[in-house]
Parts: sequence; structure tokens; C-alpha cells
Amino acid sequence: MAKYLLLKHYRGAPAAVNDVPMDQWTQEEISAHVQYMRDFADRLEKTGEFVDGQALAPEGAWVRYDGEGRPPVTDGPFAETKDVIAGWMVIDVDSYDRAVELAGELSAAPGAGGKPIHEWLELRPFLSAPPTITECPHS
Amino acid sequence: MNEALLRSLTPSVLAILGRRGADFAAAEDAVQDALVEAVRVWPADPPRDAKGWLVTVAWRKFLDATRADTARRRREDLVDEEPAPGPAAAVDDTLQLYFLCAHPSLTPSSAVALTLRAVGGLTTRQIAQAYLVPEATMAQRISRAKRTVSSVRFEQPGDVGTVLRVLYLVFNEGYSGDVDLAAEAIRLTRQLAAAIDHPEVAGLLALMLLHHARRAARTTPDGSLVPLAEQDRGRWDTASIAEGVGVLQAALARDRLGEFQAQAAIAALHADAPTAEETDWVQIVEWYDELARLTDSPVVRLNRAVAVGEADGPRAGLAALAALDDSLLRHTAVAAYLHERDGDLATAARLYAEAARKAPNLAERDHLTRQAARLNARGRD
Repeated sequence: MAKYLLLKHYRGAPAAVNDVPMDQWTQEEISAHVQYMRDFADRLEKTGEFVDGQALAPEGAWVRYDGEGRPPVTDGPFAETKDVIAGWMVIDVDSYDRAVELAGELSAAPGAGGKPIHEWLELRPFLSAPPTITECPHS
Repeated sequence: MNEALLRSLTPSVLAILGRRGADFAAAEDAVQDALVEAVRVWPADPPRDAKGWLVTVAWRKFLDATRADTARRRREDLVDEEPAPGPAAAVDDTLQLYFLCAHPSLTPSSAVALTLRAVGGLTTRQIAQAYLVPEATMAQRISRAKRTVSSVRFEQPGDVGTVLRVLYLVFNEGYSGDVDLAAEAIRLTRQLAAAIDHPEVAGLLALMLLHHARRAARTTPDGSLVPLAEQDRGRWDTASIAEGVGVLQAALARDRLGEFQAQAAIAALHADAPTAEETDWVQIVEWYDELARLTDSPVVRLNRAVAVGEADGPRAGLAALAALDDSLLRHTAVAAYLHERDGDLATAARLYAEAARKAPNLAERDHLTRQAARLNARGRD
């Protein structure tokens, strides 16, 4: 089993094929989309592949340490930030191919006109703990 | 197995161990162990005297834990003399437990966790699930909380206000996991109301009952929010409303108004309206004025602006809104609503979309996006 992160972006991903913002959809199109997402997560729970899913607010702040005895520096939100994460789903699957398959399904969620959004999702493998048994006799 | 009965016995069992000389932290661990064992054993072998069983098992767990702890010689002397079963726990003990678990030295999240475990009898796992944190994290939070209050003397009178704020948090946050936190908050507030005669305890109980009554009507089957005005009032729980109104009226008759009673009064006026159009907004605005006097909270003034918009028209609502800081949570959503009522659909649609971006949770974001979409669709027709 291997864990993968599916990342959805507010901004920074290549444009989707059906790239119409949700506030331009009909009520039925919104309902269909919400239902699709819910069914997808339910199905992954049933197959034992769902780990976690969360959505993020579009705006946050940058924070860094500013030296001993000083409060951290906060800044932002920066309008020019190219990449804004909207949310994630963590899946635990048997293979990379399965992870790609699931990301593809998620990207097919219906949008305007009831047609798939074809949204670009970012798929990132987790760096896992080292295995107990390795092939290499020297490690 | 009657889990509600099991949980309702928790505070009195804990109090009995306390009176036998166990310190709070150790007693609380022992009771938790006994609860876990009860869940395991009772379904096949239910005890005749549930409370007696819990006291016996919890005391044995306490002794085992103490004996195992060889570094604590001093307590060994105490446990070697097996005490006679104490008298039934008095109502006062339950009250003291509420005060301890909501002690002002605790952070709100610690007080919530400790209250749910020590007073509510929930397991650490259940609490962790309800608040979506790992069980080990919740276990640490609870044991730190117990360390924090370990020096508090059990007999010290506490502050009802802090207890009410903890119960309010439990009611208002999260419905996940296998425990219905809203129902649990009502149970704990009801139990508190039986232990202390206080109009604000009654006010909070009424507030919870009146809001809980609307729960079935508040969301669609797919989880979308249904605003108050559009709810199917036939699905409101009339028994819960009747109880809430009764509790509130008795509290108001005492003439010691507080913020929970005022909030409950507003909820009661909504519950009283057969249709949204028949809502007595003028009286609701008066209650918001009372509430603003009692709390001076910007959230209250924001809600008051909505009520003013209904009572005196959207322009009056927008004027009330203009006096408030526009960085306030939900300010944009209220502005969108009032502009829509005023007939300015283009502005309303733009503000709904902006409010959706600022929404604090997914359900509100989806709801606000839908409002924007609805007005945009009308604009296209």
C-alpha cells in the first residue's frame, strides 16, 4: 500500500477544460457536483482506500521566525502568490496506477452544463517510512 | 445496553471515589476504565445494580492502579483499609464536578474534553472522533487538563458562567463521530439545571432545545443548508419547542435576564411563527437590543442588522450594517442578503460570491455560492 496526496488548487493549476466558476452554474449543476464528490469519498471509504480529505480557505498568511524574544513576522495574504491550494484528499492504494485512476475520476466531477470539469489535480506520493527488510545486504 | 444510563451515572460514581479519598485524576482514570469494562461486559451480563457495579469496579481499578504505582507509598496506607460504601452521591457533588471540569485555568478545548469525559462519561476515543483528532492527542489533552486542575480544591465554589460557555461550545461545534454532541450537551445542561437553580442555566437549556428542534429541517438530505425562512416548519420538533418555551418562561419570570435567556427568547419567537412571514421581527429587534446591552458583541449587532432589515426594511438594515466593521465574519453575507431584499440583484450576486470565498465552513460556502448562482441565473434570463 502507498499513500498519495491529491491536491486541488484554487489557482496555479493549468486551466480546466470546462472552466466555468461555480457561481455561474445552475442549482441542479451544483447539486450534481456536490453529490458526485460525496459519492466519490463514500466509495473510497467502502473500498478501504480513503484516509483523509479537507478543504482550505482561499486566504491565509505567511509566517516566519523573527529571532529570539521577538514575535513571529506575519505577512500576506499575497495577491501575487501563484499557487493556492483549495484542499486535499489522502488515499492509500495498492499502486501508482490506481492512484492515477482515482485522480482521473475525481477530475471528472460534473460542472457547468453537467459536463465533466476535467480539472487538473496534483498527485504526489508520500515519502514513507523505510522498509524493515531491504534487498540491499549492506543497508 | 443502556449507554445513556451508564453515562448518567458517571459523575456520581466519580464523586463516591473522591469521597473515599481518591484524588480527582486517579479517580477519573479508574471510572473511565470501569466504563470501558461495562461496555464490554454488560451486553452479555447486565448487572442488577448498575451504579453499585460501577462503584465496585472503579474502586478496584483505582486500587490496582495505586498498588501498581509503587513509588506512591503514601497512598498505599489509604487503600489498605477497605472503606464502607459511601452514601449515594449528592447533587452537590455533580455540581462541583461541572465547576472543576470548566475551571477558568483550563483552555476551552481542554475544558470541553474533560467535561465530556468526567461528567459526560464518554470515552477518550469517542471524544477524539467527535473532534476529529487522533485518540493519543485527545488522551494527552485530557491528562494535561487533569494536571492543571489537580491543585483545585473540590469544595471550592465555581463559576456557573464558565460551565455554561463549555456546554454551549459542546452544543455548537461538530456533529461528527458516533456521538451526537448536541444531544449530549442537552443532556449535560439538563443535568446541570437539576443540580442548580440558576436562570441562565435554564436559559441555555431553553436555547439548546429550541435550536435542536429545528435540526431535521436545517439541512437537505444531501447536506445543504436550508435558511430559517425556507425551512419546512412542519418538520420542527414541537415537543422540544414546547419544553424549551416552558423552561424559558419559568426563567424569565425570575426577572434576572442574561444573554442565554435573551438568545432563547429570540429562538422562541422564531419557533412561535407558523410561517416565516408571520415572524414578529419588531420584538426580535427589541431582544437584540437587550442582548447588545448584555454582551456588547459585534456578532449580536450583525444579527440585529438582519432583524432590523426585516422589521424596518432592507435600507434600515443596510444602515445598521454600515455602522459595523466590515471585516466581521459573515458581514459580507449579511450585506448580500440585504441588497437582494432591496432589489439590487447584481450587487447581491457579487457580494454572495465574495462571502462564499470568506465562508468559515464548507456548508456555508456551498450555500452562499448557490445564492450567487441563483441570482446570476436570474440575471441571464
